[in-house]
Amino acid sequence: MNQILQIAFDTISLGALYALAALGVGLVFGVMRLVNFAFGDYITWAGYALLLPAIGFGASLGGAGLAVLSVALPVAVAIGLALLTERIAFHPLRRADSSTLLIASFAVSYLLQNLILMTVGGRPQSVDIGGALAGLVVLGGVRLAILDLVTLGVAAALMAALYFVLSHTLIGIQLRAASENFGMARLLGVRANRIIAAAFALSGLLAAFVSLLLVAKTGSLDYRMGMPLVLAAFIGTVVGGLGNIVGAAVGGFLIGAVAMICQHVLPADLRGGRDAFVFAFVVLVLLVRPRGLLTSTKSLERV
Amino acid sequence: MSRSPNKAGLRSAVASPILLILGLVILSGVAYAAGGNLPATVTELLVYVVLVVGLQIFIGNSGIVSFGHIVFGLVAAYASTWQTCCSGLKSFYMPGLPAFLLDNSIPVLPAALLAGLVAVLFALVIGVPLMRLSGIASGIALFGVLAMVKAVYETWDGWTAGTSSIIGLPRYVDLPVALGAASAAIVIAFLFRNSRYGLMLRAAREDEVAARAAGIPVVRLRILAHLVSAFVIGIGGVLYVHYIGTISVDVFWLDMTFLTLAMLVVGGLRSVTGAVVGVVLVRLVTELLRLLEDGVGIGGHVLVFPPGSQQAALAIVLLVILLFRPEGLYGSRELTWPIGRPRAGSGKSEETSP
Repeated sequence: MNQILQIAFDTISLGALYALAALGVGLVFGVMRLVNFAFGDYITWAGYALLLPAIGFGASLGGAGLAVLSVALPVAVAIGLALLTERIAFHPLRRADSSTLLIASFAVSYLLQNLILMTVGGRPQSVDIGGALAGLVVLGGVRLAILDLVTLGVAAALMAALYFVLSHTLIGIQLRAASENFGMARLLGVRANRIIAAAFALSGLLAAFVSLLLVAKTGSLDYRMGMPLVLAAFIGTVVGGLGNIVGAAVGGFLIGAVAMICQHVLPADLRGGRDAFVFAFVVLVLLVRPRGLLTSTKSLERV
Repeated sequence: MSRSPNKAGLRSAVASPILLILGLVILSGVAYAAGGNLPATVTELLVYVVLVVGLQIFIGNSGIVSFGHIVFGLVAAYASTWQTCCSGLKSFYMPGLPAFLLDNSIPVLPAALLAGLVAVLFALVIGVPLMRLSGIASGIALFGVLAMVKAVYETWDGWTAGTSSIIGLPRYVDLPVALGAASAAIVIAFLFRNSRYGLMLRAAREDEVAARAAGIPVVRLRILAHLVSAFVIGIGGVLYVHYIGTISVDVFWLDMTFLTLAMLVVGGLRSVTGAVVGVVLVRLVTELLRLLEDGVGIGGHVLVFPPGSQQAALAIVLLVILLFRPEGLYGSRELTWPIGRPRAGSGKSEETSP
């Protein structure tokens, strides 16, 4: 029984992380039909922001100052990077078809990766921000890593905040409208530039928190560390239903959950092929529901 | 959907492949005459032509951007390895192979064709269910297939040596072999594109609902394009591993997927010419940048760029091309005779961009 609880907890924790990443990809896809592979590099850059000398100065400020800086800097870097790439690379391509946008995002991603390679180098760097969060608490016989609890808490808080923004603020309502039908939203007075910038900024914010949670867990930085996450997130958004923001969260969560369940349930000699089972699940879902689990009205075909 | 193409169409149908192949022959001739590293570089380029033209057959005609078609290269390359690899070391690398494969080495040409057929068979098995999907769901499902096959091959030690490489494949791919294969791929791509099946599939790409209403069996045509594409990509994969002489599952993973897709999009995914031009252009840029990375002498100082700058520069070049030519360099046009064109436009393009 305890073991089942343990598995359930691990599953929810990884699922929550993937759901955040999928939201980051899904928000931008909604308004721009862009599958943004550079999202993974927002994650990476946010992680590398922890190496900035300002963090070193922060140490002299004491615990609280350091903590604030090590959240604020990655957030600022990721949002800045998201807005910058939108402005330079994706803005001029807004009218291009989605395969061109996709390849452009590969190119941006490749560029960002190699900029890190050129400046910091390719060797993995170690960063310790999870020190305070290491350790376990025992709750009713289940051992829970504090970090996993924090992951869950942060994910829940971010999703609640995002929900509030999307449902109660003007920009959020416009964002959802633009995701449903961009052309119609524009006709009704939604400003395209503002709404796309907002989507990218939110995407950057999510990337920063995904990065912090990931680095706290692994304790190391790698110039391609965002890649597996962005792949999972991308697949999650498709499984959830492209263009549907709730669907993205659900899809991302499912991918993480299925991966974790396979990890625990598969016999040891099949565990290496875990991804095969995850992707088999994806293919099955798409075969049954080609438009994803939660479908937005826009993707229905009309004659 | 006329069965007898008009004169301009016929002109392009015959002229384009001839001109493209001629271009590649000249490129190979120059490389052969120049010697040095060039023949090897151009051989690799020609292998990429096979892979990217193979991708174009599916993506260009069906309009589905697949992230998974490199899987057919993977499947066929291992199928060829099982047949031709390193006779003495075969039982060391792949002890799980059945006896008839362990004890026999099959000559490389039939082995390559058989490997291509294995890829087609695999494509048929996954294509029948998956080709019902459209758009991005299809692209993702195909990527799922690639990831699944990768995971399976990496755990299937007895047949594939798991995650480690198999070294010592016969390296029979030289300039003439690669040139022949690239030319054949181009001819196959044009034959399919200009056949009534290709025409119908391209019509469905532009407007699926209208095409279905006109009685076009979209799913069956997609499967057909998928099979032809799987064969060509399979051969491309076989040539690639027999060019570098080693094989591992990693070869056919994200890097190759992205590189081949980038080549296709830069050239223009709706045209075979675009596929070929994209390969040549991206390779050219990479080679130039590689020269730069070795160091440039400026006023007595040698400027050495840090590692990664070559890739960063390639990314910038790709972006700039996309920013100025979002449809790719060739869009949906094909190469035609430079002279004697009836009127500007009428012989060049039979499709309009959406």
